[in-house]
Amino acid sequence: MGARENILRRIRAAQGRSGAAPTQAELAAARAQIARHEVGPQPPFAHAPDRLAQFRRECDRMGTTHAMVAAEGDIPREVARYLGAAGLERRVAGWAAFAGLDWAGAGVAYEARPATGDDRTGLTGCFCAVAETGTVLLLSAPQMPKVNALLPETHVCVVRADRILDTMEDSFARLREEAGEPPRAVFFVSGPSRTADIEQTIVIGAHGPYRVHVVIVA
Amino acid sequence: MQVESMFFKQRATEKLGDELLQGNMRKAKGKFVDGRAKAVAEFGAWEEVRTHAAMIRDRALANLDAYLVEFEANATRRGATVHWAETAEEACEIIVGIAKAKGVRKVTKSKSMVSEEVNLNEAFEAAGMQVVETDLGEYILQLAHEPPSHIVAPAVHKSKEQVADLFVKAHGKPRLTDIPAMTREAREALREHFLTADMGVSGSNFVIAETGTTLTVTNEGNADMVTTLPRIHVVITGIEKVIGTMEDFATLIRLLPRSAIGQSIANYLTLTTGPRMPGDADGPEEMHVVLVDAGRTKLVGGPMQEMLRCIRCGACMNHCPVYQNVGGHAYGWVYPGPMGSILTPVYVGLENAGDLPNAATFCGECAVACPVKIPLPDLMRKLREQQFDRKLRPWPERFAIAAWGFVAARPALYARLSAIGARVASWLGGREGLIHSLPGLDGWTKGRDMPAPPGRTFRALYRERRG
Repeated sequence: MGARENILRRIRAAQGRSGAAPTQAELAAARAQIARHEVGPQPPFAHAPDRLAQFRRECDRMGTTHAMVAAEGDIPREVARYLGAAGLERRVAGWAAFAGLDWAGAGVAYEARPATGDDRTGLTGCFCAVAETGTVLLLSAPQMPKVNALLPETHVCVVRADRILDTMEDSFARLREEAGEPPRAVFFVSGPSRTADIEQTIVIGAHGPYRVHVVIVA
Repeated sequence: MQVESMFFKQRATEKLGDELLQGNMRKAKGKFVDGRAKAVAEFGAWEEVRTHAAMIRDRALANLDAYLVEFEANATRRGATVHWAETAEEACEIIVGIAKAKGVRKVTKSKSMVSEEVNLNEAFEAAGMQVVETDLGEYILQLAHEPPSHIVAPAVHKSKEQVADLFVKAHGKPRLTDIPAMTREAREALREHFLTADMGVSGSNFVIAETGTTLTVTNEGNADMVTTLPRIHVVITGIEKVIGTMEDFATLIRLLPRSAIGQSIANYLTLTTGPRMPGDADGPEEMHVVLVDAGRTKLVGGPMQEMLRCIRCGACMNHCPVYQNVGGHAYGWVYPGPMGSILTPVYVGLENAGDLPNAATFCGECAVACPVKIPLPDLMRKLREQQFDRKLRPWPERFAIAAWGFVAARPALYARLSAIGARVASWLGGREGLIHSLPGLDGWTKGRDMPAPPGRTFRALYRERRG
């Protein structure tokens, strides 16, 4: 415990407090400040009148394609259409939550399992989406492998329209409401993976997907 | 990283003559500056968010011990092991110690400047473990055996031809110079490492006290591989990175990618709290967080505490006319540009980095660009004052400053001497009004002439015109 005490003691001495640990009163004050979950100023577009339009516009900017379907039952057909149009094989490693849909009827081979390095397309749902930045938010959980959004070259993400929120702060408030604490991984994805590390030239598809396609369920 | 900041002047001169580097730096400059300017212009509330962000950082720094203890308690409650390291050596011992105890053979890393500070890669290699940098820029530099020259774009000083040569040697494949094809080749080479590493090491842009959370911000997605796939995840980060809440993060992340590269958000933001939970589909079995001091407490509570607000966006260097011309390697340590000109002297000693606080034109662009309002030129000025007080500058300079100080504090003497000085300088300028050489200041006049003053002082002219 030497390093811990020394560091804390140095901090306290430099800021005019004695001892090697914060007092209960100081900790309580810090906790009270934190518990307010103060939300800072936000840019004007963070609360757009048409949230769905804002979400789609930001998806476009980040290079995420999107399509709207009327009901969950329409997802397989949209996925089949998207994969066909992109010239991709109609084979998907996806979350178990969507295994009950009629994939065979849409001509898609759907396997409910975590993706491996060999899968070409991964399908996931999401906890919610953020309109301000065109972002989907995934949480780690049983049956919801994060690797499906990461390892395959194409990531298809299902978003329920009523789960599109304005801002990241709103998503954190929702997270507290529904899950209490953040799980192991809170994963914000905004468009396909990219790099500009060679001559500042933007290249899509660094380590993660080359394509992100969002299917919005009305 | 070995400190070589004492060689700044010599390095800077070499870099200015390096045609290849000059070309590479010119290409980068416009992209960063224009990209940020555009993102800020369309944002609509930049100053308000910036002010709030500075407050968030100050609030955490003012109660740094309480915030750190709160973070530790929550991270521990969530199953992570929190370690504290006073020095670079201690940080390496802790991390390599974990790796040894767990039989680690291969380590993948996502970009971490703190790990550059403490020489973590060398420590792994000395212990016989393979360590692979996975950020594309860092990977390129690992192949080149070079340190990063920029904190966000580490390989900004390399051309694609230089990278192509490195890839041929490392991958043994035909030489490619098409950037997307080169990127794919690196992706394939690194994918194998991601899937076979035993330990992943990441930095953490911030750590969140309330939830015990660490986090990564990337465009490539490499940090997610590193923090998800191996069985052990180790986070190395500085003690100053702590913030209170996820809401604080939401504010800071509106500024970070916009300031760094003009992007509204980074492609991947990942908050990681503890190891994999029971039943989770993926994630590591074990998580460690190493909180590193290594000089940071020297800034706490002092006249330069504001420097600890830094969120490592790189905007100050992107906007610095000195950095734009000499590149990051001239600075001789991990952090280049204006932020480095403050951090390096504080962390490695002012006596080892004396030229850095002077490597500035004081144009003030860095302070304007800084998303958390760090008064960078003021802090450099404070370091210059320390240099003077500690007698670290050469005696002619100290004598000149002391003499000027003596005269400037005596208005009558100042008026008389400046009137004489103006006449002498005007005479030196001759008919064309240009001074070609100044005794003792030939470094300044070697490459340019100094315009001579018109022979009368401002005070004399002012008195005359007021009648």
